[in-house]
Order: sequence, then structure tokens, then C-alpha cells
Amino acid sequence: MDLRYYRRKWTDAAMTAVTLLCTAIVLAPLFLILLFLVKTGISAINWDFFTKLPGPAGEPGGGMANAMVGTLILVTLAGLMGVPLGVFAGLYVAEHPKARLAAVARFTADVLNGVPSIVAGLFAYVVIVLPMRHFSALSGGLALAVLLLPIVLRTTEEMVRLVPQSIREAALALGIPWWRMTLRVTLPTAAAGITTGIMVGVARIAGETAPLLFTAFGNRFWNWNPLQPIAALPLQIFSYAISPFEDWHRQAWAGALVLVTIVLGLNIIARYAATRQTKPQ
Amino acid sequence: MGAILVALTSAAWPAIRQFGLAFFVTSTWDPVALKFGALPFIYGTLVSSALALALAVPLGLGVAIFLSEMVPDWLRAPIRFLVELLAAIPSVVYGLWGIFVLVPWVRTALGPFLKAHLGFLPLFTGPPIGIGMLTAGLILAIMIIPFIVAVGTEVMRAVPNTQREAAIALGATRWETTRTAILPYARSGIIGAIFLALARALGETMAVTMVIGNVPQIKASLLAPAHTIPAVIANEFTEATTDLYLAALLYAGLVLFVVTLVVNILARLLVTRVARGVEAIRE
Repeated sequence: MDLRYYRRKWTDAAMTAVTLLCTAIVLAPLFLILLFLVKTGISAINWDFFTKLPGPAGEPGGGMANAMVGTLILVTLAGLMGVPLGVFAGLYVAEHPKARLAAVARFTADVLNGVPSIVAGLFAYVVIVLPMRHFSALSGGLALAVLLLPIVLRTTEEMVRLVPQSIREAALALGIPWWRMTLRVTLPTAAAGITTGIMVGVARIAGETAPLLFTAFGNRFWNWNPLQPIAALPLQIFSYAISPFEDWHRQAWAGALVLVTIVLGLNIIARYAATRQTKPQ
Repeated sequence: MGAILVALTSAAWPAIRQFGLAFFVTSTWDPVALKFGALPFIYGTLVSSALALALAVPLGLGVAIFLSEMVPDWLRAPIRFLVELLAAIPSVVYGLWGIFVLVPWVRTALGPFLKAHLGFLPLFTGPPIGIGMLTAGLILAIMIIPFIVAVGTEVMRAVPNTQREAAIALGATRWETTRTAILPYARSGIIGAIFLALARALGETMAVTMVIGNVPQIKASLLAPAHTIPAVIANEFTEATTDLYLAALLYAGLVLFVVTLVVNILARLLVTRVARGVEAIRE
């Protein structure tokens, strides 16, 4: 009896320790990656890095200014295509939870969310690059929009669901038609939460590389025309990382440091905003 | 989603007509002779994902159990947040870290160690050059663990408290409660979480292509370089000069899309089954 009791207690303690160990092992790479990023990246970050174009192959110096602006343009294009569609689809799904179309849309968004990002790139390639016969920022934007859409749809839906029924009823009681109630009352109430969702989505697509390889393609010079190939920070990191030059490796680390700062920064801000919103007032 | 399917199928049609099902079982990949067989890529994708799952499932479930059952409340949110950050790191950054940190480590430490102790297995033969299947599996494991943890914790938290209380009332320790009351209840959801992670691993492109070596060959050794479907698309798409070459790559992409689609749908159905089970008990 006693022996059995101790064995059970021992097993319990051992399994607790094992799960704790698992957690430590899983979190270790996060700190290792951040450590290496800061240690290696910081040495290549200087004013030139943010203001100059990439230098000629093999020569030290130059920066990633065009790649950073390129990523900004690509994300903006994706946002213009993905956000309105995602918000309105999310509104529809939330306001008509029983409709069959809503269930289909929700399921599709969930499944689409798990589709490999490179497939989104293939889609944009077939739809825009093939007919136009050349790579363009627009096709890169479309590929990213395909990835952004499900995230925006699902957060909009969740946030709109959180809007109290009493607020809606108050609006309807004043004689406002349903569609105005949705646009003027429900949507503004949920706006803060939706913005948080968009930020998380933007953080995800800003770091995407695979779908841009054969859509935005990359560019070593400035480009402001959405119909021409454009540079992007993740693309630049990739091509520098697999290049044979020491200086480019350092710049790849610097670029990765900038990218991770942006992406994790957006995530942390979104998380902070989300906890503030759900706190009871 | 339908649009993606239609667009990919129509663009890949020349290759589908030309190679048909032989595409899946032949392993010649020769753009010059216009002969395309995707077997090495399919093999590489499956093996690297299986390796990643073998590493990620025990670890990820351990963390999920810790987060759901063991951890004190004040520590739960911070740890969850750190795991979420792990999922937020862009894959190209994982690849960069893989090239300059993980590959040298596998070449100088892990590879020789495995060869010395397990070298009699065909799995660990050949020179440990660092890049290869093993490194790809390692980096994939790190990348998919957050998905197992997130969904795993969610389905375990969804288990009603009455289940826990019943087990505790019978005198079960915390681990016994987890093993007898929580895990069986959350089982289909946990399998769903694993499927979601599998879909991620199958489609992961950048990190894999940067460390796997990109050699279309089928070798038993995990230390040898290999290739995957997403990696070959990423590497060769912009260089595909002939229409048939391009169509063959799109065909490979279509296969990847359909497979991940099926895995995702299965995962969603399994995860929602747990939620429905909870509702059924409440009614």
C-alpha cells in the first residue's frame, strides 16, 4: 500500500518535471535565434543600411532601403485587396451564423489558412504573371492578400460576435435599418479588435518569402510602379543568405533583425491591445 | 479556394496530360530532356515531415499538457505568448539561422555523434555534411511545435472541469487525471492538432530549401541531402524556360495543394469534434 502510494506520487512528480523540461526545450530555440540575430545583425546595421541601395555583388557596403520600402508597398497592396474583402465577409459570417454560406465561408477560411504559402504564390503567378508575361508587385500583393484574407475574416467574425446584443437592439429600436446598424454601430464597436487582427495578419505576410519568389521577384533598384518587379525584405535576406559573400551574410542577418523586430513588435502590440480590450471596464 | 484549384489545374494541364500518374512513381527530373518524375520530391517532403513530427509531437504535447494542466495560472499566459512568438518568426529567418547555426552544429556535433553511436543503421551513413534531411527535420520540428502546442492546449482546456474533478475525487494524482481523464477526452482534437502541424511541415518552403541541400535523390541516410516539392518549386520556378517544365512544377504544386487541403480538412473536422462533444455533454 505504502509502496504503491510513493510510486504514484513519484510518477506524478516525474511527469510534471518531464513536461517542464519539454517547455524548456521548446522555448530554447526562440532565445537562441533572437540571441544570434541581435549579436550578428547589430554589427551590420548602420545609416547606410536604411538609406542605400544594395551594392554590386562582392563589394562591401550598400543597404536594403529599397527592400524595406518594397515590403511596405507589397503589404499595402495586399491590405487594399485583402482587408475590405475579409472584413465584409467576416461581418456577413458573424451576422448570419445560421446561414449555410456562412458555415462554408468559415470552414474555407480555416482551411485556406493552412494552405502552404507557396501555393498562394503559384495562384498569383497563374492569374497575373502568366497573362502579363512579366513579374510585378501587383502579383506579389495578390499572393499576400490570399494569405491575409482568412486571418482578417476570422478575427472580424470573432470581434463582431463580441459586440453586445443590447447595443444592436438599441440601434434597431431607434428605427435604424439593419444594414446601417451593422455599418455604423456594430463595425465601429468591433473596430479596435479588428485592427488588432489585421496587425497580426500583416505581421504574418510581411515575413513571407516563398510566394514572392516568382511574383514580386525582387529588384536591386528603386521601383514605384506596381506593374514592375519589386524588392522585398524577406527576398533580399534569402538571396544574401545563400550568396557566397561574407558582407552579404552580415547584411542578411541585419535584414533579419529588422524584419523580426517589425514582426514581433506588431505581435506584441497586438497582444497588448487585445488584453486591454477584453479586460472588464 | 475553388479558384486556386481551377487556376492551378488549368496551368498544369500540359504536364498532367503528358505524365499522368507516372509523375508520382518515376524519379527522373531532367529539364533538358523534358522528362519529369516527382518521386524524389514526394519522398523528401514525406520523410522530412515525418521526421519533424516524430520530434515535435512528444515535445509539443508535453508543453500542451504543462500549459493546460500543470502550470500555475500566472505563468500560463507568458509561456503561451513566447510559444506564439516562435510561430511568428518568419520562415526565412529560420532558414538563415539554420544555414549559419544549425548546419555547422549538425556537421560538427550531432552528425558525427549519431554516426559514432548509431552508424550501424542505414539511417546514419555517409559523410555528415550538415545540410540534409536531418537538419531539415530539426528546423521543421521547431517551426511546427507552436501549432501543436496552441491547438493541443486549446482542446485540453476545452475538456469540462467536471471530468477533472471526477478523477481527482477518485483520488487520482494530477498526472493520473491528465492520463485517464484529459487525454482520452481530447484525443481527436490532439490528432487534429498533429494534422495541422503536418500540413505546415508539408508546405514549408524557405527554411527547408535553405538547409536540405536540394538534391533530387532518394537515399536511406538522413545525413544525405534531399529535396522537397515546395523547395523545387521555389528553386526552379523562375528558371523554368519551357512551357512543359513550368507545367510540371505547377503539377507538383497542385499535388502539394490537394494533399495539404485534405490534411487540413481532416484536422478541422477532428478539432471541431472535441468542441461538439463538450456541447453534447452540456445539453
